[in-house]
Amino acid sequence: MASLISCPHCGVRPKEEFAIKGAVLSRPAPDAGHQAWTEYVYLRDNPRGIHREYWHHTSGCRRWLVVTRDTASHEVELCLDAAAAKLAGVRP
Amino acid sequence: MRYSALSILLNGLTGNRGWRAAWRDPQPKAHYDVVIVGGGGHGLATAYYLAREFGIANVAVLEKNYVGSGNVGRNTTIIRSNYLLPGNNPFYELSMKLWEGLERDFNFNAMVSQRGVLNLYHSDAQRDAYTRRGNAMRLHAVDAELLDQAAVREMLPFLDFDNARFPIQGGLLQRRGGTVRHDAVAWGYARGADSRGVDIIQNCEVTAIRRENGRVTGVETTRGFIGCGKLALAAAGNSSQVAAMADLRLPIESHVLQAFVSEGLKPFIDCVVTFGAGHFYVSQSDKGGLVFGGDLDGYNSYAQRGNLATVEHVAEAGKAMIPALSRVRVLRSWGGIMDMSMDGSPIIDRTHLDNLYLNAGWCYGGFKATPASGYCFAHLIARDQAQETARAFRLDRFERGFLIDEKGMGAQPNLH
Repeated sequence: MASLISCPHCGVRPKEEFAIKGAVLSRPAPDAGHQAWTEYVYLRDNPRGIHREYWHHTSGCRRWLVVTRDTASHEVELCLDAAAAKLAGVRP
Repeated sequence: MRYSALSILLNGLTGNRGWRAAWRDPQPKAHYDVVIVGGGGHGLATAYYLAREFGIANVAVLEKNYVGSGNVGRNTTIIRSNYLLPGNNPFYELSMKLWEGLERDFNFNAMVSQRGVLNLYHSDAQRDAYTRRGNAMRLHAVDAELLDQAAVREMLPFLDFDNARFPIQGGLLQRRGGTVRHDAVAWGYARGADSRGVDIIQNCEVTAIRRENGRVTGVETTRGFIGCGKLALAAAGNSSQVAAMADLRLPIESHVLQAFVSEGLKPFIDCVVTFGAGHFYVSQSDKGGLVFGGDLDGYNSYAQRGNLATVEHVAEAGKAMIPALSRVRVLRSWGGIMDMSMDGSPIIDRTHLDNLYLNAGWCYGGFKATPASGYCFAHLIARDQAQETARAFRLDRFERGFLIDEKGMGAQPNLH
C-alpha cells in the first residue's frame, strides 16, 4: 500500500498516523430486525478490488475519513472527510 | 512407493534413478464424487482423510496455482493446542494428536518437532489469565505448565527480564507444542491422497459454481467443466470470492499477515517463544534462521505482501523481548492472505445448498489446525454430520449469538 495517505485536512501523511476501522456500511435503523442487524455486524462483501473503508486520523486531525482503496494493488484512489462527504451528499 | 531407510539405501546404490514423482499430474475427469476447491494444507488433508478414513477416493483437489503455494507455505510453522474455550480446545488437541502420529501415518518426513511453546506473561493480571488458560487446558487433558521467572530464566537466559516497561514475570509452557516443516505437510498429504486415488489438479482455477434445484452439479474451471456429487470449499484467503460464486456472503474479511526469517544463526532459541506485551512469536528453523511474525497489517488485502509500518512494529516487539535481535539481519519477509472471521474462530459447516460444504475463516491459526481440519471436514462431507470436536464451528453461530471469541475482541476482524 501507499505508505502515504492524503488527508483532506493535514495533507500527505504517513500511514502509521491512521487507525483503520473497516468497511463503510450503512447502519440499519434500530428496529430494522434481527436479519438486517446480523448482516450489518457480521457479513461482509470482502471485495477483491475497490473497497471503501473508514479510517481515523488518530495522530493528526482526529477526523474520520472515507478511504477508497484497491485491496489487490493497495492503491489509494480517494480520501474524503466522512462527515463532509455526507453533508455534500456523496455516498457515505 | 513407500519411503524407508531401505529405499534410500537401494536408490543410493543405483544412482537414485528409482525415485518417481510424489504425485501424478492427471487430466481432470468429467465427474467426481467430491471436488475440493483449494490445494492447500486443509484441502489436501481433507482429500487424504476422505480416502483413508472414510472410503471416498473418487475425489479431485482443484488448485489454481501449485500445491502449497498459499498459506501452508507462508506461515511460521507453529503447532500448539493451548486454547481456552471449550468450543476450540478439544479440536486443537485432536489436531495435536494427529500431528504426533502424522509422519508414520502418511509416510513422509514432516519434521514434527515438539520443542515447546512458551507464552510469556508480564503482569499479575496476565499471570492470572494464563493460569486460567492453563487450568482450562489441563481440564481438557492438554499439557500446560505455569513457569515462574526463575524457570523461564533457565530456559531462555537472554530475554529482557528486567525491561522497565514490560518485565517478564514468567510464562505458560506447552511442551507438546512446537514446529513442523510446513511445505512437507502439503507434500505429505498430497502424496498420501494421490496414492489412494485422489486426483490433484494444479493450475486449475474455479471460475463458477453450476447449480440446479438447490444443488451443486459441478464447477466451471480454467480447464473446463468438472461435475461433482459434493463440492467442498477450502480456499482460505479467497473464501469470500469462491463462496460468492454460490451467492453465499460470509462473516469473513481477507487481511494480510507478514512473516519474516533472519539470516542463519548458531543454535539460539530451542523452543517457540511469544511476547505477552505485544504480538511477536519466534522460533529457530533447523537451518538456523529465526522465523518470526506479529500482527496483521490491519487493512483488507488480497496482496501477498505487507507494509513497512508493520515490519517496524514487529521488529520493535521482538527487540523488547530479545535485545540481542537488534543485530540480526532479516533475510526475507512475505505476506499471506488470512480469512479473518468475525469472532476469530473457523467455520467447518454445511451451507444453504445441500451438497456444498464450507471450510473457512482460519484467521492466522490455520496451520496448526491442518490435520484436524482435514479430518473433521472429511467427516462432515462423508457423513453429513459434524465431527464431535468441530461442532461449535457452525456458520450460523454469528446470527444465533454463539460466537467463539477466544480473544474477546468482538466482531472486529483486524483485531483478532
